[in-house]
Parts: sequence; structure tokens; C-alpha cells
Amino acid sequence: MLDFMKFFNRPKNSKDVAKERLKLVLIHDRANVSPQFLEMVKSEIIKVINNYMDIDENELDIQLTRTKSEDGERIVPALVANIPIKSVKNSGK
Amino acid sequence: MSEVIVITSGKGGVGKTTTTANIGTGLALMGKKVVLVDTDIGLRNLDVVLGLENRIVYDLVDVVEGFCRVKQALIKDKRYDGLFLLPAAQTREKTAVNPKQMIRLCNELREEFDYIIIDCPAGIEQGFKNAIAGADKAIVITTPEVSAVRDADRIIGLLESSELRNPKLVINRVRMDMVKRGDMMSIDDIIDILAIDLIGVVPDDEKIIVSTNRGEPAVTDNKSLAGQAYRNITRRVLGEQVPIMDLQSEEGFVFKLKKLFGIKSS
Repeated sequence: MLDFMKFFNRPKNSKDVAKERLKLVLIHDRANVSPQFLEMVKSEIIKVINNYMDIDENELDIQLTRTKSEDGERIVPALVANIPIKSVKNSGK
Repeated sequence: MSEVIVITSGKGGVGKTTTTANIGTGLALMGKKVVLVDTDIGLRNLDVVLGLENRIVYDLVDVVEGFCRVKQALIKDKRYDGLFLLPAAQTREKTAVNPKQMIRLCNELREEFDYIIIDCPAGIEQGFKNAIAGADKAIVITTPEVSAVRDADRIIGLLESSELRNPKLVINRVRMDMVKRGDMMSIDDIIDILAIDLIGVVPDDEKIIVSTNRGEPAVTDNKSLAGQAYRNITRRVLGEQVPIMDLQSEEGFVFKLKKLFGIKSS
């Protein structure tokens, strides 16, 4: 019966952890995110944002990483961009 | 109508050589004429797994460089009719052979044999490129571990981009007791991730080590569970429909109890 009791407060199976980690690492591997790819993404983002604000292009940093999901239970891939803004343009007003 | 099949995995130590030896021997036992080609130049091992290490005269590099004819380098296994080994060179490097030479060699072997089984080295460099160059089909080996599955996924991608489509998967060293406990990824978990067709599941079996110690492939051992798994794989290679072995038949008391309460444990 001891085994039965364990069900009430059981931590996640290690195989579920393995599966989850694998799925994430494979997103990375399969995406084949080369530095050139990220450079391309970066330059496109700069182009778009430049229409609305002045940004510090040299300090701009973009990474494909992973983060906790909103419910905090899973880890999900994420594109994290750190874009220092110098000033907001007043266009469109 | 001969077939060239490469056995590959990316990660080392998951059972490429053992699988090559067993499928090859299995095919020979089914009456096919088979040659096993060891492309792991510098780290040859297929010879010892097969118990043929004392009979090597010439090797793969000698053939490719024209020092001898293919027939002179082939070692005939005296125990099983129709089984031959083309050993790798031990004192050379992977770069001693190139993909073009491998294609030529495979085509030459096609004239003699029904099946040409190529044991691929670990890694994704020159040795891998050589091994897959002349192949029609690929079998990818993995174990239920994160590192092995990851590398298998990479290999599957590389095979696809080399026009070796639809590779088949062997999941090696499965421990059902651990799967039931939730401490090992199940067959379904791995197929779910890799998304390729399964050609076999091999249980973790002590007898594999015993048979490697002796240089006699487990496929010839009727009492070995892994041997049975390899016999099934062999038949699937031949195109037969064989159901995947039921490794769950021995359900313990706890497992039955869980089932009774409706708790899924696999």
C-alpha cells in the first residue's frame, strides 16, 4: 500500500522530465539557428522598430532561449530581445 | 536485387556494431548472402563482436587503395553460410577513404551479395559520410536516453538531407521495469519525438555481453530475449510483418494494483 500512498504527492516522473527537455533541445537543434539566421532576424527587427523609435543598434541583443511558461509549469522556447531605446519618434500623431 | 543498409546512430556506444552483427548474422541464417562492412576506420570492432579478429589479412582501405581485390579482403564466417566480413583498417584514419570510393565499393559488392550491411562509426564527420554514401536504406539506433535520442534526431536530419529518406528506428536497451516506474522513456515517447517508423525494440539483456565475450551474435541464441528481438528485426528487414515484441507481459503485483485503481503507469 505504500506504493499507493505515493501517488498523492508524487514528483514528476524522470521520464517526463527527459521528454520535456528533449523536446526543447530539439526545437533548438532542428531550427538550426545559426548566427547568420539571428543576424537576419535582428536586422529585420531593427528595420521595423526604427520606424517608431530611435534605438541603440550596437547594444541590441537577440537570443533564442527558453523560459518558464505563464503557468510556470513548463519550460518553453522564447526569443528574447533586449533593445535599448534612445527616444520615441512622434510620427503618426 | 541487393540492398545496401547503413546502421547509424550519431552517438557512440548505443549498439551499432552489435546490431550490425546481429542483423547480418540473422539474414545469413535466413539463407541470404550477406557482407558486413566495418567503416569505423581506426576503431574497428565488428571483427571482435563476430569473433573473426584472428582471420584478418586485408582491410577496407587496402581494397579502396587497390592493394588487393575485394575477394581477398573478405572474411568468410565458417559458422554461418553466406556471412562475410569486410573489416576496417585499424592503423589508418577515416580520411583514408572517401564517399566516391565507398559508392564504387558498394556497387561492386552488390554483384556478389543480397545484403550489404554497413556499420557506421559514431559522429557526423567523414566516417559517417563515407558510411552512408553507397547506402539505399538506413537504420538508426538509439537508446531511451536524452543524449542518444537527441543525436538520433540529428542523424535523421542529416540522412534526409543526403537523400536517404524514411530511415527506420531501433530502440536498444529498453528496460521495461524502468519504463513502468516512469524512469525511462517508453517506445511511444521516443517515436513521438523522432517521428520515424520503428523497425525493432531490443530489451536490455545481459546475454548481449556474454555473446560479445564469446564472439557469437545473440541472434543465434534461442534463449536470449535480445536475440529474439534481433530475429524479429531481421524478418522485418526481409519485408515480413512481425508484431513488436510484447515486453510488458510480466506485470508485477504493484502494476496490477495500479491498473485496478485506474492509474496509468505506462
